[in-house]
Amino acid sequence: MKKFKVPMRYVPISATILVFFIVYLIGIISFENFGSPKVFLDLFIDNAYLGIAAIGTALVILTGGIDLSVGSIIAFTSILIAKMISTGCNAVLAIVLALVIGILFGMLQGWLIHSFSLPPFLVTLAGMFFIRGCGFIVSEESIGIKNDPVFNFIQNDLTIKLGKGLNLRFIVILYIVVLITAIIFSQRTRAGRSIYAIGDNELAATLMGIPVGRTKIMTYTIAGFCSALAGVVYAIYLKAGNPLNCVGLEMDAIAAVVIGGTLLTGGVGYVFGSLFGVLVLGLIQTLIVFDGRINSWWTRIIVGLLVLAFIFMQNLITKISKSKSKAH
Amino acid sequence: MNKTSNKFRHLVWPLVSLALLLLFNAIFTDNFFKIEIKKSDSAQEAVQTPVVKDELPAAAGEASEAAEAAVQAGEGAVQAAAQEAEAQAPAEQAAEQAPAKSDKGVSIFGYYLYGTPIDILNQGAKVMVLAIGMTLVIATGGIDISVGAVMAIAGAIAALLISLLDAGSCPGAGMGPNLYWIIPVAAALILSTLAGFWNGMLVAGFGIQPMVATLVLMVAGRGVAQLITDGQIITFDNPGLVFLCNGHALFLPFSVWIVVTMYVVAGLLTRKTAFGLFIESVGNNERASRYAGIEARRIKWLTYVICGFCAGVAGLLAASNIKCADSNNAGLYLELDAILATVIGGTSMAGGRFFLSGSLVGAILIQTLTTTMYMKNVSPAIVAVPKAMVVIIVCLLQSPVFRAKVLAIFASKAAKGGVQ
Repeated sequence: MKKFKVPMRYVPISATILVFFIVYLIGIISFENFGSPKVFLDLFIDNAYLGIAAIGTALVILTGGIDLSVGSIIAFTSILIAKMISTGCNAVLAIVLALVIGILFGMLQGWLIHSFSLPPFLVTLAGMFFIRGCGFIVSEESIGIKNDPVFNFIQNDLTIKLGKGLNLRFIVILYIVVLITAIIFSQRTRAGRSIYAIGDNELAATLMGIPVGRTKIMTYTIAGFCSALAGVVYAIYLKAGNPLNCVGLEMDAIAAVVIGGTLLTGGVGYVFGSLFGVLVLGLIQTLIVFDGRINSWWTRIIVGLLVLAFIFMQNLITKISKSKSKAH
Repeated sequence: MNKTSNKFRHLVWPLVSLALLLLFNAIFTDNFFKIEIKKSDSAQEAVQTPVVKDELPAAAGEASEAAEAAVQAGEGAVQAAAQEAEAQAPAEQAAEQAPAKSDKGVSIFGYYLYGTPIDILNQGAKVMVLAIGMTLVIATGGIDISVGAVMAIAGAIAALLISLLDAGSCPGAGMGPNLYWIIPVAAALILSTLAGFWNGMLVAGFGIQPMVATLVLMVAGRGVAQLITDGQIITFDNPGLVFLCNGHALFLPFSVWIVVTMYVVAGLLTRKTAFGLFIESVGNNERASRYAGIEARRIKWLTYVICGFCAGVAGLLAASNIKCADSNNAGLYLELDAILATVIGGTSMAGGRFFLSGSLVGAILIQTLTTTMYMKNVSPAIVAVPKAMVVIIVCLLQSPVFRAKVLAIFASKAAKGGVQ
């Protein structure tokens, strides 16, 4: 039988890409200017922070864990940077400090999860509360970032002009760089492969001599870093910080990862898929904005349905591959 | 003797924490335990409410503006303001407040208790109700993270129906405003039970991991709620619906009696029938209990249905408390509070054992902590920080690994001491 066949493990990600193109096609057919490059580029600009956050979430989910502190860390870092800049601090210092806090916070969460075998769900939940509260301690109100030389430099000079009024903004470049790094890390390094091994079967990974603890703590640290970086990107994108921002963004990130074809129980999926997950979320939002008649809450319902569809598909695939492995 | 002490062992830590917190309040917070008996003269006023219905649209407009402002500040801020106002009011202000408070609801017997501890019970009712359902779900080894969204749905449908009934454009309006509130309440409970049924179908019917399955409704639920209310914050003023969380009966807030009723029913259901045993058995080992002849799927399914129902009750209480349905903020993060209350109460996240009483104490502990913060003028947003620390500390205390490590430290110290 020489039939063209997609290997089972590529089915979810192929489905994601298919969904993306279908939604994009619907947009192009329905609206005149939907296919313009500007719309496509805006998709990246508007969702760069979500994409970076989703990378961290994807890695954590691949280990079989979950990170619910994403949205709160974004809000915290953005308000911290805005506050520090408004008090006259150097923006670079503020960004570095924010990233360091993100890394340390992720490490702390990973340490608690691994060392005391606490459920990741609970620890990151507490982390979410904690860091959100910390954001409110920094400032209870939104702070704008005005006329900061570093931010202006990022905005004006770190943009690649593609002509025709199209600009590849720094945050998009940053997202793509982080994404490629994460893909290479997860597919081509020993630590990256360990993540898959742990997510598939933690006990087996331990017995194989994989440093489970170190890898898990590292993954949560990376997730903390990604969230903090997403916060930096968010601050650049909005030129402001607000402790109320991004409530529930972790759910968007998780949804993007699930739609991106990653199994929520871990071990199966690709970081690459999160790109298309994020793009699908962004496309649905753009479609609704273009339409103008449909209300924005349809986004949530459609995203929920998509998540459901992908969960069903994953479930089916898991069952099929299980029955196959039994047959062998 | 030993057996009874074992039976209540899970309650020791939460009760000790609660006692410490109350002790702190007794020393550092003025009038914390002061409970007054207020006379309610609201019986007539509540009946009058429909008479002044002509003024309603204007008032509702104002209220929705205020509510929209509250969206920004978060529901917590509204609660905080309410609680601060109620809790910190000195005696003479309290006297002024009495009429303002009395229009909130009816009181049977004309008297009710009034004070911070009562307020804690009233405000904590939502989480207590949620925790009952959550405890049963967690006991089967599952989790339901959609309860907050289900609360929003329940509040939304109730508010929508009551506004339709007020306008007279819904069958049943003929019953009059003192009776027809039963329709939205029933609709909200039915809808939330259906939501629980849906969760149960995904988890028990299709075998999807509970966290993943309930994530669907968590993501989509608020969208559904907004769909119901058309994105508006619907305010209402129906005496029956407002009574749920603001009224008093038998000296206590009515919501407390709702909690008591649900707790007793749940307790009887789980401890006086085999249902509780089945739940624990499924949570311990699903396959083994299936081989033993227990309908594991049906048991799991049922716990999600119960959890959905509880979320519906909590949603009604939340909507009744602020007299409006706010799809974005109703029950936001309350799923976490419910899980937290359950875990504090000694129910293991792995399933297999559950303590309804512990969950109730956990919920009261959380609310006491929150109220204490408010009374110490801590911003409602920052309350999250100590709450998170409590979660981690409680989790650590309950973690066998942590206990073993601490014991090992003590043991090594003792051993060193022995050598010296």
